[in-house]
Amino acid sequence: MTPRQRRMVLVGLILAGVAGAVFLALTAFQKNLLYFYTPSQVASGEAPKDYTFRVGGLVVKGSVKRSEGIAVRFDVTDGVATVPVVFTGILPDLFREGQGIISIGKMTGQGVFEASEVLAKHDENYMPPEVGDALKKSGQLPPEAYKDYQK
Amino acid sequence: MIAELGHFSLVMALMMALIQAIFPLWGAHRGDYLWMSMAKPAARSQFLFLLTAFVCLATAFVTNDFSVLYVAEHSNSSLPLYYRITAVWGAHEGSMLLWAFILGLWTFAVTLFSRSLSEEMLARVLGVMALTSIGIELFILFTSNPFDRIMPAPLDGNDMNPLLQDFGMTIHPPMLYMGYVGLSVAFSFAIAALLGGSLDSAWARWSRPWTLVAWIFLTFGITLGSWWAYYELGWGGWWFWDPVENASFMPWLVATALLHSLAVTEKRGAFKAWTVLLALFAFSLSLLGTFLVRSGVLTSVHAFATDPTRGLFILVFLGVVVGGSLVLYAIRAPMVKDNARFDFVSKENLLLLNNILLVTASASILLGTLYPLVLDALGLGKISVGSPYFTAVFAPVMAPMFLLAGIAPMFAWRQADISSIFRRMWPVFVASWILGIGLVAVFFKADDIKAMAGLGMAIWLAAGASLSLYSRVSLRANVWEGLRSQSPSVYGMTFAHLGAAVFLVGAVLSNQYSVEKIVRLAPGESAEIGGYSFKFIGVNEVPGPNYRAKEGNFQVFKGDRQIAELKPQKRFYKVQRNTMTEAAIDPSLLRDLYVALGEPMDKGAWTVRVYVKPFIRWIWLGGLFMMAGGLCSVSDRRYRLASSVRRELVGSAEVAAKRA
Repeated sequence: MTPRQRRMVLVGLILAGVAGAVFLALTAFQKNLLYFYTPSQVASGEAPKDYTFRVGGLVVKGSVKRSEGIAVRFDVTDGVATVPVVFTGILPDLFREGQGIISIGKMTGQGVFEASEVLAKHDENYMPPEVGDALKKSGQLPPEAYKDYQK
Repeated sequence: MIAELGHFSLVMALMMALIQAIFPLWGAHRGDYLWMSMAKPAARSQFLFLLTAFVCLATAFVTNDFSVLYVAEHSNSSLPLYYRITAVWGAHEGSMLLWAFILGLWTFAVTLFSRSLSEEMLARVLGVMALTSIGIELFILFTSNPFDRIMPAPLDGNDMNPLLQDFGMTIHPPMLYMGYVGLSVAFSFAIAALLGGSLDSAWARWSRPWTLVAWIFLTFGITLGSWWAYYELGWGGWWFWDPVENASFMPWLVATALLHSLAVTEKRGAFKAWTVLLALFAFSLSLLGTFLVRSGVLTSVHAFATDPTRGLFILVFLGVVVGGSLVLYAIRAPMVKDNARFDFVSKENLLLLNNILLVTASASILLGTLYPLVLDALGLGKISVGSPYFTAVFAPVMAPMFLLAGIAPMFAWRQADISSIFRRMWPVFVASWILGIGLVAVFFKADDIKAMAGLGMAIWLAAGASLSLYSRVSLRANVWEGLRSQSPSVYGMTFAHLGAAVFLVGAVLSNQYSVEKIVRLAPGESAEIGGYSFKFIGVNEVPGPNYRAKEGNFQVFKGDRQIAELKPQKRFYKVQRNTMTEAAIDPSLLRDLYVALGEPMDKGAWTVRVYVKPFIRWIWLGGLFMMAGGLCSVSDRRYRLASSVRRELVGSAEVAAKRA
């Protein structure tokens, strides 16, 4: 092959690769993007039904209740509205009442958020940025409690 | 006093880096040998000052000097000595110092193993490395000084993050950084070659061993990180497509592409411009990784305290490095002439395909990692891209790659006889898939397409690698002579491809056949899972140096026979007031038994994670195989032989020049 032909083959292959990858990426994006909603948004009905999303806020003190099995119930709040969450599984080590968490899951028909995953950061001063923003929006960010949240 | 000495050394290192950058680069430009000759001593003294600074910080940790803010925040007098030393890189400031120190170490190594380089080339390479050093050292001095004092000094420190108090985690950062920063050598060679306009196969031969060594460290670092996440995070996964993992995986993919492309450039003189571009990309992605991890834009285990000025500094630095090198590339690359000719069906084109697939994979990971950040920065909403996206994109890109890797070693340079390869390989191809399908059907499930495809692919890849070695060996009179006459790089390739196959077996089988169960157990009760019975005996208190633990006791039975006793812990670290789950694992080549304590319930009962994970060891074993392959290739005498020949040539040229 002459260098020119080779360059054309190279360009063609790269274009085909990029096109294929973009196609794959976009279809995968379509299905797998997780949007974040604050408890207020969930309460006002903005959150989608039958679609997985993330909700975050502070765990309401005294709201954590265990059942006989391994299911746990607790409430998540941004200071304005609260969302009840059900989770079947083991909570992360740093899950504590009054602390910021993010949970991933779906709304059930009864207005309960059924979480498939609960995330808490491995640092007790840490506030997930989404939760911090949500609290700031509702005017509930306690500045002294979260010194590392600086935005 | 020690902290001030460290601070002073760091400033001195910056001064040396300035000398190391300005004089050699300017000298190389003007052809002034005196100025160029300053590169080596400046680089060595820069390393010495960095070493001093690093030792000073380590001393502050060892002697529990809590008047140093960084020590006070990340250490404690009850922390064991071993962890006090590794706590040096346990948080942001120290890990940046480690970054700078390792860059100094690589620079020092270049000064040692550079006798084959021409004076100009060496001056330019060291000059470019110094520019990187300057950026990082300025970053440390202005935004993240680990030597800052705190007045009054606290009586005791805040302790190290308990997650990091673990053997795997103590060596993971240095190994990963050796890889990240090592790519700066290939980067500097590329920039130096672009500056000097001498992109020939000698350039590729110099670059290759350095890139290989960096790649080996990167492979090791990533493997360690994955292993650590598996046993330490307490939920038994080995890869989460966490943005920080992606940040280390992207440079690895591009570095892997670079290794293959360097082979073509060195042996055939083709793809020069592309190879240079890959070298630039690989290090740019390393820097991007540093930015992602250190700027606090990510929500992750790795993101330490957030500080906008730090993020801004690294972002600007990243922009200068990437932008500057791409501009230089745009100016110089059109002058690079590829004069190699080859057919459409040739090893060259297969390696090109490999490169395109690897870069595509890397680009799609980059998209998934950056997209949420960009969207957030523009105020368009908060989204996250989970692992389903990455598996959906990554698997289809990697499948053709493994398919081609099985057959590519058989192809000849320039012009390959495809019909003869096809005749020889199609029975192997069919046999691999039948074997894969058969093994899955007999030992696991009769209709699991994913596992069958994965296993068939892995067997095909391993068969391809072994057969290519066999066909080389069989050209010789007998096996022993055939084995001995192969160059180490042939073995390197074979091992690395076998490693990929071993990894694939582990990834596919553990993903498809792990049995995971979360159960509630009272003392005396058992959980049946995957043919094993886990009996919960009870929990008792165990003291530790800086924590106290509740230790569970589990007996594992297969049938009536007890095969293991597992003791997972729930640790409470007293200073940081953190709880940590320590899983207990009974490892073996064919399966891991994994138990982690969840939370205590009433009447002595606990929630417990119980996993049986088949073949999961093969994932990390594959990583070790790849490393072994890299080590084999690096030991190739060709690199040293070629350099000594070159030295003689350069020497005689100098003599000739003097005579004239």
